[in-house]
Amino acid sequence: MGAQVRGRRWRVVVLGLAAVYFVVPLLSSLEFSLRKPGGGYGVANYLAIATDPVLLEALTVSLEIAVITAVLVLVLVVPTAVWVRLRLPSVAGLLETATILPIVVPPVVMAAGIAFVQANLNTPLFNALFSSPISALTPFYVVLAVPFAYRAVDNGLAAVPLRTLVEAARNLGAGLPTALLRVVLPAIRSAVLGSAFLTLALVLGEVVIARILLYTNTFPVAVVVVGQSQAGVSVALTLASLVLTWLLLLLVSFAGGRRRVS
Amino acid sequence: MTGTAVQSGTAVEFRGIRRSFGATHALDGLDLQLKPGELLALLGPSGCGKTTALRLLAGFDSPTAGEILIGGKDVTGVPAAKRDTGMVFQAYSLFPTMTAAENVAFGLRMRKVGAAERARRAAELLELVGLGARGAAYPHQLSGGQQQRVALARALAVQPSVLLLDEPLSALDARVRVQLRDEIRRVQLAEGITTLFVTHDQSEALAVADRVAVLNAGRLEQVDVPQIVYAHPATPFVAEFVGVMNTVPVADGRITPGAAEQAQIRPEALRIGAQEGISGTVLTSTFLGAVTRLVVTTEVGELTVDAVSHPNLPGIGDTTTVGVAA
Repeated sequence: MGAQVRGRRWRVVVLGLAAVYFVVPLLSSLEFSLRKPGGGYGVANYLAIATDPVLLEALTVSLEIAVITAVLVLVLVVPTAVWVRLRLPSVAGLLETATILPIVVPPVVMAAGIAFVQANLNTPLFNALFSSPISALTPFYVVLAVPFAYRAVDNGLAAVPLRTLVEAARNLGAGLPTALLRVVLPAIRSAVLGSAFLTLALVLGEVVIARILLYTNTFPVAVVVVGQSQAGVSVALTLASLVLTWLLLLLVSFAGGRRRVS
Repeated sequence: MTGTAVQSGTAVEFRGIRRSFGATHALDGLDLQLKPGELLALLGPSGCGKTTALRLLAGFDSPTAGEILIGGKDVTGVPAAKRDTGMVFQAYSLFPTMTAAENVAFGLRMRKVGAAERARRAAELLELVGLGARGAAYPHQLSGGQQQRVALARALAVQPSVLLLDEPLSALDARVRVQLRDEIRRVQLAEGITTLFVTHDQSEALAVADRVAVLNAGRLEQVDVPQIVYAHPATPFVAEFVGVMNTVPVADGRITPGAAEQAQIRPEALRIGAQEGISGTVLTSTFLGAVTRLVVTTEVGELTVDAVSHPNLPGIGDTTTVGVAA
């Protein structure tokens, strides 16, 4: 009994310290972002975000890249993970190793490599590819997001009786694509949404590759640039990004928790 | 449960089917016919090839050699989605994000049946399996037995030529298993649908099937009505696998040590305390309800005897006699 009470007290202490560790910086940031230059408090820094055309454009570009990246990643990862589990379980280990490579190879190395290609291959295709941040950065972000997305989707598939579900659907007259879309995808919806969310978070926070390739009009780069001249707006932007991320997470949890599909 | 199948189903034939995985032959020349409307139980131990046979018939796998015919038509190369079979899996086959009614209607949806007709047919089939009130429930809100009932309704909804049952009762507890077994038989008889029931449980196979096919190491050992398979096993394997069998030396219809003739006798055909029996010591005694199963060590080996439960039966360590029942 005594040990139980002691254990509970320790838990409270540890959780309390963890809360202080996370909450104090957030509250400090909030307080700082609300300060007015002449003294007192106000929401001027937040209004500045909403009215700054450069920031809004950067946010739009990054959200476009994030959505396109998430869609491409899911189109690549979901059928591959399903196919490996159903037909090629022997190559699962190999695929897992291959998907770790983008984590092992630092983004700066990847960006340096592609910067070399960008500078030396003067073909119409490459010129078209590098003409906008969306077409230039999306392939990189797809590669960077695959390890996280693959793991999330594969864990989701491990949690459902995949083979039985697919065979049941096929037995009832569904082709493989229909079985995947109507049966498997809804069954692993939370994993799919989780991997989409991870991809969005990754794109909304990636600075290294965008800066090396000189695409400064993405949201994370804009946050860094603004931070160099307007500290208050920069902190407000960081907090706003955090809230946006939490909202997305909440959305994913809510959608994943629902059982009903159609 | 016995019954008479409505002879309206479709004939099924496995013709010289072989399925090899490398050097291993899961099925080695299987020739088997299912008559229209009959329920045939494919019985055998784990790894004997019974599930392989079912998967080949469903179209989930392809034979290395041989042909599969449904209604006289060769379907060996036909994909699973176009086989016209309905299957009930071992467990966990219901689509988790669909309600019971949506699960049942799924096959009809794939066949582009209108929404109103789908809903009507799903309600009708759920009623047939005793779950008329649970159409809106999701699989996780149903018990294991209810889920298998929904799976049965779903398989029947598309009015398949053949119903395939892949050990559908194995994940259920004993009481529900018997209830659902009888339910499956009732529905199968009502629909008159040709059914292949794969199981490793011999009591289940004997209770529910019109005929039983015993499979061992990819080969058929015997195909016959349950009574014949039980009373007259064609091979030593069938004798051992289907129920318990004592092999004893007999002369003039009595157990006789050293006799040249060997007889195979079921436990219920032996009697404890027989005057002209062979003496022995009770090794184990298992109360099974109406009968008690005794294993008696004798001069001719260990004999298994099923005796009507009674307080005066010999206990463990007691000396008794065992003879052939008259």
